[in-house]
Amino acid sequence: MTTVSYNPALEPRESYINVAYTVKSWLLTLDHKRIGILYLIAITAFFFIGGVFATIIRLELMTPQGDLVSDDTYNKLFTLHGVVMIFFFLIPSIPATIGNFVIPLMLGARDLAFPRLNLLSWYIFMIGGTLSLIAAITGGVDTGWTFYTPYSSVFSNTRVVLTVLGVFVTGFSSILTGLNFVITTHTMRAPGLTWRRLPLFIWALYATSIIMLLGTPVIAITVLLVAAERIFHLGIFNPALGGDPVLFQHLFWFYSHPAVYIMILPGMGVISEIVTCFSRKNVFGYTFIAASSLAIAFISFLVWGHHMFVSTQSVYGGMIFSFLSFLVAVPSAIKVFNWTATLYKGSISFHAPMLYAGGFVGLFTLGGLTGLFLAALGLDVHVHDTYFIVAHFHYIMVGGAVMAYMGAIHYWWPKITGRMYTEWLARIAAVIIFLGFNLTFFPQFILGYLGMPRRYHAYPPEFQVLNVMSTAGASILAVGYVIPLCYLLWSLWHGKIAGPNPWKATGLEWQTPSPPPTENFHEIPVVTGPPYQYHLEEVPFAPSRPPGAPV
Amino acid sequence: MALLVVTVVATYLPWGSRIGIVIAMAIAIIKATLVVLYFMHVKGSSGLTKVFVIAGLAWLAILMGITLADYHTRPWLSGEAAMTVQPQER
Amino acid sequence: MHQAGHLAHQFEDLAQQKEASTLGMWAFLATELMFFGGALTCFVVYRSFYAHAFAQASREHMSIPLGTINTAVLLCSSLTVAMGVHFARHGQQRKLIVMLLATIFLAITFLCIKATEYYTEYRHELVPGLNFHYPPHHHEHPDRLTANPANVELFFCFYFFLTALHALHMIVGVGIFSVITVKAWRGAFSPEYYNPVEVSGLYWHFVDLVWIFLFPLLYLLH
Repeated sequence: MTTVSYNPALEPRESYINVAYTVKSWLLTLDHKRIGILYLIAITAFFFIGGVFATIIRLELMTPQGDLVSDDTYNKLFTLHGVVMIFFFLIPSIPATIGNFVIPLMLGARDLAFPRLNLLSWYIFMIGGTLSLIAAITGGVDTGWTFYTPYSSVFSNTRVVLTVLGVFVTGFSSILTGLNFVITTHTMRAPGLTWRRLPLFIWALYATSIIMLLGTPVIAITVLLVAAERIFHLGIFNPALGGDPVLFQHLFWFYSHPAVYIMILPGMGVISEIVTCFSRKNVFGYTFIAASSLAIAFISFLVWGHHMFVSTQSVYGGMIFSFLSFLVAVPSAIKVFNWTATLYKGSISFHAPMLYAGGFVGLFTLGGLTGLFLAALGLDVHVHDTYFIVAHFHYIMVGGAVMAYMGAIHYWWPKITGRMYTEWLARIAAVIIFLGFNLTFFPQFILGYLGMPRRYHAYPPEFQVLNVMSTAGASILAVGYVIPLCYLLWSLWHGKIAGPNPWKATGLEWQTPSPPPTENFHEIPVVTGPPYQYHLEEVPFAPSRPPGAPV
Repeated sequence: MALLVVTVVATYLPWGSRIGIVIAMAIAIIKATLVVLYFMHVKGSSGLTKVFVIAGLAWLAILMGITLADYHTRPWLSGEAAMTVQPQER
Repeated sequence: MHQAGHLAHQFEDLAQQKEASTLGMWAFLATELMFFGGALTCFVVYRSFYAHAFAQASREHMSIPLGTINTAVLLCSSLTVAMGVHFARHGQQRKLIVMLLATIFLAITFLCIKATEYYTEYRHELVPGLNFHYPPHHHEHPDRLTANPANVELFFCFYFFLTALHALHMIVGVGIFSVITVKAWRGAFSPEYYNPVEVSGLYWHFVDLVWIFLFPLLYLLH
């Protein structure tokens, strides 16, 4: 039974995009959809900025000598690559763009709980990003994105304070976004939308938001202490003055480990949506996938010491952290098993979102398995601070999170813009990205295991072949990322009109026009059944469509 | 509630060394609990509010507890002395 | 903040709006707890390292009378806030405004006392980064000052950092209550709509809670 009736003849032409065209209407918007677009533009810019740093790094690493850039410059490059990609691209990527846009639609709400806080979060994000970019331009920072003390707080001669202030400010953007999502999910679900009927994307973002809320303040206070130490010449983390650098590491990693789950959990939520839609099947093990998101959020806060196995941390503590790090892999594995089971006997189609989802499942599994190697104390001691680590986290963050992000962009592009992208070109780009990615980062596993340290601009000649392979892969990867930028932009003017539900997906966001009107729904839908009911002729809240009406 | 203000604040006179801080913290915890339950109306509030309160406290406990556990368990397996950061003289 | 009884467009009814804004403030307070908690964790760790120095710093240089008065002032201000919320719920506007003004007055009292403490510490050359010099020149019992100066300085780093952070939150609280008082003066609140008062009260109680723990940790370490 449905309360939303769809009559194309009555389809209003007004959407959130064309309701007003002025710059002011965009910059002062309270509409979560517009704010999602604002974030989308910003983080795309940051992605390419971070990519530029990566390009120079890979070019430098083509030759064993440090000949393209000086060692100081190289240190600044990998630091800025990390800072920009983590804080200004990955952490906001899916939550602030797709989450902001889609969550109220998925919940059947008219907006998030706190629209003004939402806009504020974007401005805070832009201010933080600007501060860090200014730091990058006016001298850079060379401490590594991990800002270990006392180098960062005492000895570095670069723009540490400005960069950490940028990170500090942006952290509040993250907190406000998480706060908005948690409260919206609790209080603004449509009638009939119980917790057990929520799409798994919502569960994933809810778990992500918990991490954002409880973890981010700790890194905020930590970088504030580092800035204070630097500015006032205090001794908080400086051993010469009685401070403890390992204490900094504890506080830093208390946030930064859960942060990596902020980066991957939304991607997992996206995969749940895509895999069900493009195999036309109900998800296998809904309860387990939902519960595993919460389990990941909780356990992620108990494992941060695995970044500190070689830091003089207590051996006893190291053993506990190691055990818990093995444990945290279990919920992730549950998800991978359940997605696989969802695919089994499904009617699979290989549209671009599904290609990205498939890439995610494979590459995330590989990256995750190497994480298990790193959870083992003995192995970690051998490969700590080598390219093995670099390869591990790039498999998860690029092979996992970025591919999920690309999949999400393609999947919800018709809803956001009302247009379809060029499908054949999108599939080619997805394959190029997949191949380029593997060529870039698989050799790095080998390099790391053979002993090549990370964060070095020069290396022994026997490592050159693998480095050249990696750089070649990076060039392919770069091409792969530029192609979607082109056809997605092109589709805004020339793409096929999408209609409300081009994928014939379940989910409330597909039961409203594309692009949606400002108020999201003409009438708030009432939910009467669980999600992903792809086997039904008519989904529990689908619009009743006269036969032959355009989709 | 006004009584709380007067009596509890008065009971902090310096005792011996270690026990003093324990008592002071215990009093602080009692004060805090009363503020949370009554001034902030947590006592009569929805279950969800209580969950938020407990979650915040639990997370802080995780941060402090595990960090302190690192420092306090360092002597257990490696035989090194505890808490031995010695700064140089100025 | 909304006009009297005004329902924000994203909510279905006032009850949903009230629930959302109250839960939102609680979520924010949880983040504040972790924010202060990070600094407190550092403080607790260093107190374990340097118990002697921290005890000496607290015993010799922290004024227990002033700290006690400040604690009492802040607890009273929590009381006035709670009574204000009570009056708001019962529509007693004048009493609400009196309570709000009392809270602001108490807050400013606290800040003034804190400022005098800061000034005293400045005169005694105890401000790290500005003029920290240990042992101080004019202490009555210099033979009691046996701790490592670097460790004492660490205590003062955290003393100033934590109390300044707390004071900043108090100033923000004064700002918030000023806005609320103006709104109350203009009749914005009623028994049906007084949630901003309640939510601001929650924030203020949290600020009080932080001080409840800062006081023994900073002033009573003997």
